[in-house]
Amino acid sequence: MCLGIPAQIVEIVDLESMIARAEISGVRRNISTALCPEARVGDWVLVHVGFALATIDEQQARETIALLEQMGESYEQELRELKASAA
Amino acid sequence: MSGGGLITLAHGAGGKATRNLVEKLFLPELGNPLLEPLGDSALFDVNGSRLAFTTDSYVVRPIFFPGGSIGDLAVNGTVNDLAVAGARPLALSAGFVVEEGYPVDDLRRVAADLARAAERAGVSVAAGDTKVVEHGKGDGLYITSAGVGVVPRGVELGPHLVRPGDRVLVSGTLGDHGMAVLLARGDLDLEADLHSDTAPLHGLTAALLDVGGVRWMRDPTRGGLATALNELARDAGLAVELEEAALPVRQEVAGACEILGIDPLYVANEGKLIAVVSPESAPAALAALRADPLGADAAIVGAVRAEPSGLVLLGTALGGSRIVDMLVGDPLPRIC
Amino acid sequence: MKFVDEFRSGKLAKRVSAEIAALVDPGVPVRIMEVCGGHTHTIYRHGLQQLVPPEVEFLHGPGCPVCVISMGRVDDAIWLAEQPDVLLATFGDMMRVPGRRGSLLDARARGADVRMVYSPLDALELARRNPDRRVVFLAIGFETTAPATAVTLLRAREEGIANFSVFCNHVTIAPPLRAILDMPDVRIDAFIAPGHVSTVVGSRPYEFIAREYGRPVVVTAFEPVDILHAVVMILRQRREGRCEVENQYTRVVRPEGNPQAIVAMAATMELRETFEWRGLGRIERSALRLRPAFATWDAEALFELPAARVRDRKACRCGEVLVGAIQPWDCKVFGTGCTPERPLGACMVSSEGACAAAYQYGGQKCPAAA
Repeated sequence: MCLGIPAQIVEIVDLESMIARAEISGVRRNISTALCPEARVGDWVLVHVGFALATIDEQQARETIALLEQMGESYEQELRELKASAA
Repeated sequence: MSGGGLITLAHGAGGKATRNLVEKLFLPELGNPLLEPLGDSALFDVNGSRLAFTTDSYVVRPIFFPGGSIGDLAVNGTVNDLAVAGARPLALSAGFVVEEGYPVDDLRRVAADLARAAERAGVSVAAGDTKVVEHGKGDGLYITSAGVGVVPRGVELGPHLVRPGDRVLVSGTLGDHGMAVLLARGDLDLEADLHSDTAPLHGLTAALLDVGGVRWMRDPTRGGLATALNELARDAGLAVELEEAALPVRQEVAGACEILGIDPLYVANEGKLIAVVSPESAPAALAALRADPLGADAAIVGAVRAEPSGLVLLGTALGGSRIVDMLVGDPLPRIC
Repeated sequence: MKFVDEFRSGKLAKRVSAEIAALVDPGVPVRIMEVCGGHTHTIYRHGLQQLVPPEVEFLHGPGCPVCVISMGRVDDAIWLAEQPDVLLATFGDMMRVPGRRGSLLDARARGADVRMVYSPLDALELARRNPDRRVVFLAIGFETTAPATAVTLLRAREEGIANFSVFCNHVTIAPPLRAILDMPDVRIDAFIAPGHVSTVVGSRPYEFIAREYGRPVVVTAFEPVDILHAVVMILRQRREGRCEVENQYTRVVRPEGNPQAIVAMAATMELRETFEWRGLGRIERSALRLRPAFATWDAEALFELPAARVRDRKACRCGEVLVGAIQPWDCKVFGTGCTPERPLGACMVSSEGACAAAYQYGGQKCPAAA
């Protein structure tokens, strides 16, 4: 069972019962933060079957994207050179 | 279909099971030349005029939802079946099956919605009927509607007219109605600014027919865009190729679908049409749709190809390609 | 959608594809198995097999927890649903799984009260709202989902909700992986490990795969670009002569996992000695049951389940598909006797099963031909 969605905590609904309101693309649902008690309003969390399982580290996400954007450079360079030499 | 089975919800979902039921149970019993094309409307000649005739039943739950009610659907759904057959809608019937104990005020509200929708669509509710069933036997209210319209001379539509190279257009965003109703049921505890798109499409269809070059039209209700196009591909013996990036889907619909693991391609629409037009007419057809408020988000979403016959393909945003099958079962949420 | 759209970018995918093409050893096959229905689904839905060179082959393992529930357990669930006053609640996908006499959906058509819920907490709410009914939650899923069931049980105990019970069919990820690696003629070169299971258990449970079996493992997120990234990481490991467990899903997965989740599971559940996996047979210590202290909320303690052992259908080759020995279209009944509407076996049952995904997104042809 893997379907996990990134959602943002927009409100704490019931601190004691550990219920928060999460939102993704304008769709809101109450979720349990029992497994992710450190989550705060504004945090992005991974939601699975109505539970926040982990906070999403935005910095790590950015670093991953940056890493990916570096890729393929040498290959593309080679392709460009091939094209240029064939022209 | 083997005897002794039971009807399941899948039979009513508008996908493969529904098709099977129609082809293997109803057609063998009822089959006749008017019914067999299985179009949205039946077409027949009466003294030189071509009439379109259709019927639909409305069993939506909940009865009132953001954007409308069963009353709106009862008019627009039937009007649209006439409109996409090329007809100018004339009149409808409305048969009510009411459960004992249903509040009179709610019934009045539904009737008012129905009347208003009929006025907006320019049709008269010419005939009606009311039945009441015992408490526990009717789940509130069901409505059946039949509609009749006139197809102007020279208007010819059908899968047999579709050619490779034709363009596929949709009149607006996909999945609005189905998701609005699903969320309105309240079982899933999701809240979003979603409302049904229920609307009469005869204005849009008339505008398209004016442009010319229209081969085929359909309103993608149960089973969504994917099911309607699969039926076209099968009936025409051609292929349809869609571009994922071109499909218009509202942000909230995409979000709700993502959470529930549903594909918007399979979700019902009640105020959208699909039109297949000749390549030359495509730009003008798109402009005609966009000129109408109901078509503001219209888009060209794909094209017809010769091969692979009978299939619908989707070019993914990643540059890959995959097949879009007909709806199987009922869109149940994917958890994993 | 934030954290989703960026990892579905066509432009980024092309870059990573190019990197894969540059790293691949021409003519040397690399067979990568993923073991999570979410990964299977992404690969098919976005046509990823077409975005990698022919040397790279994606294999689909037993990562769909709906697909691996044995027919006997499905029959038990149907039996439960048919008991007087019982309201059976479960996830949507589970409702279509066929047992011997059809699925839960078929049982519903015959009058059983079967309801779909999105969360086990929704099932608990059904119990609160229907005090005259016995609500049974059919719990399925790997370690990703077990903590949710665990928290729900703790809540039920706290509130003294007596008309709620769980029919526990949670399974664990590591034992089937070991079982597959122990099979003769296994030809798997590397693993893409399930991202969300790892959110709970961390990355350490997979170390035995690298240490004992010499296969690289990459814990991976679920968007198409993430999976392509994992392929790059695997190819780099091979090139550099490394063999270790790496984490691609750094934005969510921490190596130690989720301590609250692990504690909740430990408090409420324990490992069964063995469990029957559809298509794979009995695997030891691969599934969870409720601890004796939670007998009041354990459907297996409250009801006398038929618990029959049902053999898989003869024509079914799910066992071979589940371990990556064959691809779906290699099975004779794929698309003919076995379709998503009338599934014969585990892999066709859920939309995340390899066969269901192949059928839905690849038609009845091999993707290479499509």
